[in-house]
Amino acid sequence: MALKYSSITKKVIMSLAGLFLIAFLFVHMTVNLLVLINDNGETFNKAAHFMVSNPIIQFMQIFLFGGFIIHIIMGIVLQIQNWKARPKRYKVAPYSEMSPFSKFMIHTGMLIFLVLIYHLYNFFFQAKTGNIEHVVYNGTEYEDMAKLVLVKFRQLPHTIIYIIWLLLLGFHLDHAFHSGLQSLGFNHNKYTPTVFIISRIIAIVLTVGFITIPVVIYFYRQLPV
Amino acid sequence: MDLTLKIWRQPNASSKGKFVTYKIKDISPGSSFLEMMDELNESLVTKGDEPVAFDHDCREGICGTCSMFINGRPHGPDTGVTTCQLHMRKFKDGDTIVIEPWRARAFPVLKDLIVDRTAFDKIVQAGGYVSVNTGGVPDGNAIPIPKVDAELAMDAAACISCGACVAACKNASAMLFVGAFVSKFALLPQGRIEAHERVQKMVAEMDRQGFGNCTNTGACEAECPKLITLENIARLNREFLAAKLGARKGENVRGGGGI
Repeated sequence: MALKYSSITKKVIMSLAGLFLIAFLFVHMTVNLLVLINDNGETFNKAAHFMVSNPIIQFMQIFLFGGFIIHIIMGIVLQIQNWKARPKRYKVAPYSEMSPFSKFMIHTGMLIFLVLIYHLYNFFFQAKTGNIEHVVYNGTEYEDMAKLVLVKFRQLPHTIIYIIWLLLLGFHLDHAFHSGLQSLGFNHNKYTPTVFIISRIIAIVLTVGFITIPVVIYFYRQLPV
Repeated sequence: MDLTLKIWRQPNASSKGKFVTYKIKDISPGSSFLEMMDELNESLVTKGDEPVAFDHDCREGICGTCSMFINGRPHGPDTGVTTCQLHMRKFKDGDTIVIEPWRARAFPVLKDLIVDRTAFDKIVQAGGYVSVNTGGVPDGNAIPIPKVDAELAMDAAACISCGACVAACKNASAMLFVGAFVSKFALLPQGRIEAHERVQKMVAEMDRQGFGNCTNTGACEAECPKLITLENIARLNREFLAAKLGARKGENVRGGGGI
């Protein structure tokens, strides 16, 4: 089905899925940053519990996974078509004055996807399968996600993998927001320069926001006893 | 100027082709790139060799035929010019210049540096026109057009169909070309009549010809000799979406591209 869509329809689908994923990343980052509150993870655990138990959010999870799958499959289909469109490559690689990251979306995308599986295994599936310690606040039992995060990010190799992964995500996001709007047809000589600035700010805020977590935990947090 | 040229030589469409190195001496920095190629060819003919085949016609930057991929850039190391407008002073004495044909599945090499750009003609035939019925000559001022729209349409109409956008794009996408063609009509009242049908037919034909997809990298805009902007691709996307989403039941133009 993805093959039959016209080039522009594919771009539009790619863009809508991508913009949705940016929105998701902001929610994800905001909840994650709660783990840095120094209250033995109580706020974060309660927020994490809300995210896994609220029926509306559980329903939205279908769209989230759908968004990921569509973005990945459509990206691969488009890339294969694009490679096929130039069967013989140039001896001197084409020079372009535009952002270097825009040329490597498939490469950063594939690497992000590979570590994403590792990430889901580390946190999402640990919590989903109940393979996690519990903690009690005011008589109610919660999954101790905060402890899981602390344990993981006290390990140097793990922290380094996450920082590299998040930098790759940042490079991917640098060609995300403005590109998505362009694909949807939003380009205006008055607003597009601002859109480019917003796009870079989104990439920097998300990357720095996420990277803060492993870095702060590794250097400034002790494992709870 | 003394130069080393590495030029793609391919006797015909079905043969394999390879790079051949030529040394050329005493080139005037004031000569154009094509004049330098002419001098090379004269020396080759004098020696009894086959001259390098390359496309050229007007030599004043308006016909769009002089397609050469020079040192990694369509039309060489200058901005907003075609190969014929490129001067040798843009190079240094002793430089090595690599000259390749456009590389795209939709633009097969015919001979040496000449590619077949029929794919562009097919896209234009699919919808890059306005239907004008016969009759008396209409009054030039009968349909008022805002100055801004007229200017933008003229900017888009500056496209000379050279194919540099396809050559520069990492995906060999023709969307800047199609965007310019769709825009120059979509901006004018005369073009609005067939606008929805046009954009769908042209995009379907573009896909059928085997061009890649746009990933908004912007190499086309950077390399276009006529400085056509990405705004035209956004307008193409808008026009396409409006045509598809706004079409009445049964009115959708279906082509090779599906929806």
